[in-house]
Amino acid sequence: MTTLTEAPPAAPEPETPAPRRQRRKLTPYWLLLPGILWLLVFFALPMVYQASTSVQTGSLEAGYKVTWHFATYWNALAEYWPQFLTSILYAGLATIFCLLLGYPLAYLIAFRAGRWRNLVLILVIAPFFTSFLIRTLAWKTILADGGPVVGILNSLHVLDVTSWLGMTEGDRILATPLAVVCGLTYNFLPFMVLPLYTSLERIDPRLHEAAGDLYAKPATTFRRVTFPLSMPGVVSGTLLTFIPASGDYVNAQLLGSTSEKMVGNVIQSQFLTVLDYPTAAALSFILMAAILLMVTFYIRKSGTEDLV
Amino acid sequence: MEQYEPDSLSKAQLAAMRRSMRNGRSALTRRGLLRAGGGGALTLGGLGALSGCGIPPAAQSQGGASAEDFSDKEKRVNFSNWTEYMDVAEDDKNRRPTLEAFTKRTGIKVEYAEDVNDNNEFFGKIKPQLAAGQDTGRDLICVTDWLAARLVRFGWAQKLDVANLPHAYANLAPQFRDVEWDPGRAYTYPWAGIAVVVAYNTKATGGREVTSVSQLLDDPKLKGKVGILSEMRDTMGMTMLDMGKDPEKFTTDDFDAAAARLQKAVDKRQIRRFTGNDYTSDLTKGDLAACLAWAGDVVQLQADNPDVKFHIPDSGYITGTDVLLVPNKARHKENAERLIDHYYQPEIAAELAAWINYVCPVAGVKEELAKISEEAANDPLIVPDKEMSEKSNNFRALTPKEETAYEAKFAKLTGA
Repeated sequence: MTTLTEAPPAAPEPETPAPRRQRRKLTPYWLLLPGILWLLVFFALPMVYQASTSVQTGSLEAGYKVTWHFATYWNALAEYWPQFLTSILYAGLATIFCLLLGYPLAYLIAFRAGRWRNLVLILVIAPFFTSFLIRTLAWKTILADGGPVVGILNSLHVLDVTSWLGMTEGDRILATPLAVVCGLTYNFLPFMVLPLYTSLERIDPRLHEAAGDLYAKPATTFRRVTFPLSMPGVVSGTLLTFIPASGDYVNAQLLGSTSEKMVGNVIQSQFLTVLDYPTAAALSFILMAAILLMVTFYIRKSGTEDLV
Repeated sequence: MEQYEPDSLSKAQLAAMRRSMRNGRSALTRRGLLRAGGGGALTLGGLGALSGCGIPPAAQSQGGASAEDFSDKEKRVNFSNWTEYMDVAEDDKNRRPTLEAFTKRTGIKVEYAEDVNDNNEFFGKIKPQLAAGQDTGRDLICVTDWLAARLVRFGWAQKLDVANLPHAYANLAPQFRDVEWDPGRAYTYPWAGIAVVVAYNTKATGGREVTSVSQLLDDPKLKGKVGILSEMRDTMGMTMLDMGKDPEKFTTDDFDAAAARLQKAVDKRQIRRFTGNDYTSDLTKGDLAACLAWAGDVVQLQADNPDVKFHIPDSGYITGTDVLLVPNKARHKENAERLIDHYYQPEIAAELAAWINYVCPVAGVKEELAKISEEAANDPLIVPDKEMSEKSNNFRALTPKEETAYEAKFAKLTGA
C-alpha cells in the first residue's frame, strides 16, 4: 500500500528512489491495461472491421474487396431515411415518457420512501432478472386485441384520441406505433430511474429546508433547487435511454407492424436476410454518427459536465 | 513549435503553463492521449487495416471439405435441429424415443440441440466457421432446401457415403429423389416436407372461412389481422400461385407483380405482420385472424385449440423440404450418416411423422403409421394422397444474383 501512496517529503529514502518512482509512474497504466485490452478487442477491432466492410463491394459468391465505395453510405441513407426518422422519433418519445414516469419515481425513492427505499429500488431492477425478449413478449399478451387493456381503453375512447394522433389504428394497440413506444419505455425505464435516483439521493435535504426558510414555495424549491441539482442524473438518464432505444429492433419486430420498422430492423435484415454486408455496416455507422452528433449537441446545450 | 500564449497571463502563469505542458505526468493529458491515440491509429493504422481486410469468396473453402473422422473413437454425434421437430415421450419431455432407439442400437450418443430458429439467422451463425474452413461443432444440421442448396453451392457440405446409408438409399420416396441443386441426393437427405397453407381462427374471423391468398390480401373483414410468412419463397410462391403463375418457372416480372400485389396489401394496412414461427401464438390468441402457415404446426395447434382451421387453396400450395446435411470439417461424419439412415427405417420414420405431423419422405411409411394411428396414416398432410400431390408446387432454384435481388425486394415489403 505504502508504495502507492504519496511518500512524505520529510522522510526521503535515498537508496531506491528511481525504480520506485518508475513503478509509481507505470501503475496507472497497468491498472488501465485490462480495460484498454477489452476496448481494443471488443470495440476498436470490430469498428475497424466494420468500417472496412462498409466500403467494400462484392458478393458472398465472389468475396468482398475494399473498393472505397463510399456511395454505399449515400444509397443507404437515401433508401432508409424513413426508418432513421422512425427510430429517432420512437426513441425520443420513449425517452420523454421514461423521464415523465421515472422522475417522480426516483424522487419518491430518494426523499419519501424511508425504510422502503431498498425494496422499491429492487422492484425497479426486478424485471431485469428475466430476459429482454420475455419481457417484450409479455407486452404482446398485455396489449392483445381481445385483452382487458384494449377493452378498457376502447370503452373510455382513449384509443380514438391516440388514433387521431396517429399512434394507434382502429381499436387495437398491438402492431401500432404506440405499442412500440410502450415497449421501449418499459424496457428502458430502469436506465432512467437509477441515474436519476443517484443524483437526487445526493441532494442534501437541508437545502430544501433552507429554501423553505427563504420563503420558496415547494414548486419554486423544486424548480430552483432540486431540478438543477439533479441535472446530471437527467442528462445521463436520457442518454442511457435514448441511445440503446434508437438502436433497438426487438420491440419494433415483436410489437410493431411493417410501417413501424426502425433502423435496427433494417440492419438486421440487410445483414442476415439480404446478405448485403456493406449496406448493413454503413447503416450502423450512420446511426452511430447521428447519435454521436445529437448527444454532443445535447450535452453542450444541457450545460452540465458531470454525468452522474 | 509555436505555442498559444495569451497576453493576459503573468510571467509566472505562463511559465507554469509551459512547464505543465512539458513536465512529467501532466504532459500526458487525457485529451492529448485521445488525440494521439485516436487520430494516429485511425489515419495511419486504420487506413492500412481497412484496405487490408476483405471477405474472401465463399466458395473457396480452405484445406478441403472433410476433416479426420473421429467417428470410431468418439461415439458421439452433434445434431442441430429446429424446435418441435423431434418426437418426445409423453410422460417425460426430455426423452426422445427415436433418438434413444438410435443410441441403444449403435452405442452412439446424440447431442441434440434445438438451435435452428430461422434459416437466415442460422446461416449467420455457422457462416464464419465454414468460410474459414473450421469445424462448426455440428455433425448434422437440418435446414430448409434453399439454404442447403446455398451450402452445397459454396462447397460447405460434405458428400455423403452411400455405404452408410442403405435404408435411406432404398426408402427415399420418389418425389423427393431428384432435385436440381443436389442430383441423386449426394449431399442431403430430406427430414420432412412442409406444406404452406392458409390458416385461420374462426373465433377471430367471426365464423368466416378463409380459403385463398386473395382473401387474405383483400377481405376487408380481415383488415389488420392478417399474417404473412417472412420466408420469402413461401410467401411469394403462394402469392404467385394465387395469381395463376407457376412458381417452378416464373420470371422476374412475375415476381415483381406478386411483390406489387403484396405491397398494396401492406400499404392499406391489411397485413399486420410478417412472421416466422411466432404466428402460432398470435393465431391461437386471435391477434391474427388468418395467416399463411406451415401445415404441421397447424395440426399441432388444432390439438389445443379447435377454433384454428386451415385450408389448402385451390390454386395449390408451396412445398418446401427441410433436409439433413453434414457441414464441412465435422468430426463425426460417419456417425451422422448412420443417424440419417436410422430415420429412414419405416417404423422409426412413422414414429417421428406421427408426432411432428409433416410430410414424411420415407416410402412405405403408411403401413407403419397405420400401426400407430389409422388417422395419421390417412392424413394427406403426412402421407400425401394423389389430390394433395397434384396441388404441390416447388419454388424454383434461384441463381445467387436473383436470390440477393429478390430477398432485397422482399425485405422492402416487410418494411426493413
